[in-house]
Amino acid sequence: MAIWFRRSKDITIHFKKYNLGLLGFFTQNFKSSSFFHQFGNSSTSPTSFNGNFRIPKYILFPNSPPLFSFRRFESVEAEKQIDSEDQEHDKQALDFPGGRVTFTSHLRFLSESPEKRIHCYRILDDNGQPILGSNFRQVSKEVAVKMYNHMVTLQILDTIFYEAQRQGRISFYVTTNGEEAINIASAAALTMDDIIFPQYREPGVLLWRGFTLQEFANQCFGNKSDYGKGRQMPIHYGSKKLNYFTVSSTIATQLPQAVGAAYSLKMDKKNACAVTYFGDGGTSEGDFHAALNFAAVTEAPVIFICRNNGWAISTPTSEQFRSDGVVVKGQAYGIRSIRVDGNDTLAIYSAVCEAREMAIREHRPVLIEALTYRVGHHSTSDDSTKYRSANEIEHWKMARDPVTRYRKWIGKKGWWTDNEETELRSNVRKEIMQAIQVAEKVEKPPLMDLFTDVYDCPPPNLCEQEGLLRETVKKHPQDYPTDVPV
Amino acid sequence: MIFMANSLKRSGNLVVSISKRCYSTTTISQQQQQQSSSAGNATVNLFTAINQALHIALETDPRAYLFGEDVGFGGVFRCTTGLADRFGKDRVFNTPLCEQGIVGFGIGLAAMGNRAIAEIQFADYIFPAFDQIVNEAAKFRYRSGNQFNCGGLTIRTPYGAVGHGGHYHSQSPEAFFCHVPGLKVVIPRSPQQAKGLLLACIRDPNPTIFFEPKWLYRLAVEEVPDHDYMLPLSTAEVIREGSDITLVGWGAQLAVMEQACADAEKDGISCELIDLKTLIPWDKETVEASVRKTGKLLVSHEAPVTGGFGAEIAASITESCFLRLEAPIARVCGLDTPFPLVFEPFYMPTKNKILDAIKTTVNY
Repeated sequence: MAIWFRRSKDITIHFKKYNLGLLGFFTQNFKSSSFFHQFGNSSTSPTSFNGNFRIPKYILFPNSPPLFSFRRFESVEAEKQIDSEDQEHDKQALDFPGGRVTFTSHLRFLSESPEKRIHCYRILDDNGQPILGSNFRQVSKEVAVKMYNHMVTLQILDTIFYEAQRQGRISFYVTTNGEEAINIASAAALTMDDIIFPQYREPGVLLWRGFTLQEFANQCFGNKSDYGKGRQMPIHYGSKKLNYFTVSSTIATQLPQAVGAAYSLKMDKKNACAVTYFGDGGTSEGDFHAALNFAAVTEAPVIFICRNNGWAISTPTSEQFRSDGVVVKGQAYGIRSIRVDGNDTLAIYSAVCEAREMAIREHRPVLIEALTYRVGHHSTSDDSTKYRSANEIEHWKMARDPVTRYRKWIGKKGWWTDNEETELRSNVRKEIMQAIQVAEKVEKPPLMDLFTDVYDCPPPNLCEQEGLLRETVKKHPQDYPTDVPV
Repeated sequence: MIFMANSLKRSGNLVVSISKRCYSTTTISQQQQQQSSSAGNATVNLFTAINQALHIALETDPRAYLFGEDVGFGGVFRCTTGLADRFGKDRVFNTPLCEQGIVGFGIGLAAMGNRAIAEIQFADYIFPAFDQIVNEAAKFRYRSGNQFNCGGLTIRTPYGAVGHGGHYHSQSPEAFFCHVPGLKVVIPRSPQQAKGLLLACIRDPNPTIFFEPKWLYRLAVEEVPDHDYMLPLSTAEVIREGSDITLVGWGAQLAVMEQACADAEKDGISCELIDLKTLIPWDKETVEASVRKTGKLLVSHEAPVTGGFGAEIAASITESCFLRLEAPIARVCGLDTPFPLVFEPFYMPTKNKILDAIKTTVNY
């Protein structure tokens, strides 16, 4: 094998000298080596693509059994020799865009995965006990209790709205169960000047910012008080006042937009960043990669928060990607990244506080991968027991619930009592029921709103279509909903 | 060489000369080429007119940004020359090679109250950004109930045949975007039009796609006012008056149609030629008025005939002018094939194809 590696050194030089491509490298050097004759496919012509490309083939298809392995030929002696050659080569380097690249004579591919998975930052253990020596942002009692309040409110909001959908009162709903900590703690770590580009499972961020239960209900019922004027399905919230861009159902489209917004904040020298949320499935979209790359290149103050909840509707992460989750993708784009326990409220809070400061102060994007679990179905149109085990759901729901864990912590701090819990739950329930009853009675947006806002002013074709439609409605009123004022 | 100054002069005191586009044997005289150059106007080509518009856009609005692949050094068609030097690399910059990123970034920038002028290097490469354009930009205002908008977004992109562009440097994809409520689609025919329409698009409070006829970048030369001016969107223009048949087109195709009109005139056929300029929302009124007068309509575009925007015009005019029409509406368009290389002269809706269709329609 020493011979082979000696040869490989020559190859490197050869390669450099003649500027050959990888294929050229193999065809030029392997056909005359004894090594090739010994292990190559004797039935193939030495100049044919397959015959000469056997080694990279093993690399290209790591799951298929290798025809032979490099490792098989390596010896301790060879390794030593390589080390010394490496040192020699270290002195020689290539000035290449991006920085100095040192040479190595060792033909070694980067591993497809690190030996160990990237650590996950956490502060509270499963029992809500702070882990000794953990490094985190202190949270005041006021903020701590407010966070808990909002997590509970979000839970109850989900429970009641989900039921309302089941009763046919609203057409659709998406719950956030299991992801309350990511929602609320990340929101608490930001300021109101930070601009949110949400996916659709972050209503807690809006709740924290002051969107009222009535406003949530108005949107889900699509009544005339819905800021979206009844044009989108339930849960597509948006609020100009609260710097929360309107939700769209498309996956990951908000990511490059967040980068553009962040660039604007940087240019205006604002003390604010853009924050965008998405799921594990969203990281497969081109927009995710576009956004990370643009953010790095434009040095935009944007925080990417991935809720890796294990499931994209029915597709598990094992069928979504083969990397060590999402966090490792940041580095490939030159983005500072962290993996956080998404069910640890304090860890999320600390990580987002820190990320925000880095993003704004240093003009850089930050990627946060929050490990969590989608305890509910994807939406009310989904039955997740068809593709995942009830035990798995139960385990996350019972043993790993972020709200319970956080409740233990504030309880131990003496900041929260059982009486307060009972009172909170009962009050929130009443408020939400009330909000639903009110929203249900508010009339739908007027027919005019079908035609406005396509452009800043309706063009002639829309005016003409509105006129024709009104005539048709007059003629066939039975075909149209009675609760939409014409 | 082709000359389309006569008609254009009538409508805007312009001198336009467009070099040979393979279809004509007529020549332009030297005198005509060097015609009038009054104070404050210079005779420039189309890419220079666009460059002027971009200088004005960035100069008049400190919140205007220009970005895209290779725009920093001046762009592959030289439209962005001198802008990065003048306005700095923070406002005029290269982006990674990623169209969905360019448009997504532009939407976010525009949504924060900026004028985001995004360049897609060739219209043939706009499709990776289709989702951002169709599902995001176009619906941004509507879906938020007018809480948010990205009206400051303008996407500039060169389109159309160029004689040697093959599949991926020749396409005219305007019809895809004409099916999307919320967008405006604008195509200029000449340097003077390009400057005024581009400034109007950049300042329009709606997301706009501005297709630039790349064949004309260097070939179309005309007198262009130096100052800042805008031309109205959604307003078509009768660029040649006539009484026997109405022809409707846009962009580079108008030069070909103009030749056909001139040749038809020799045969005693009086053609009215309309530049639609804005495809959506389009100026139906001007086309209708003309068809009511002539009773005949021909639409011509480079894009494939099936599902092209000509189909929309034909259908609309049939609805509104059915009793006045004296012949079937003619469409002279690209073939329903991918845009071909060596077969380009066969594919194209050439002057003689148009002339034949004019005669057939008039003699129907």
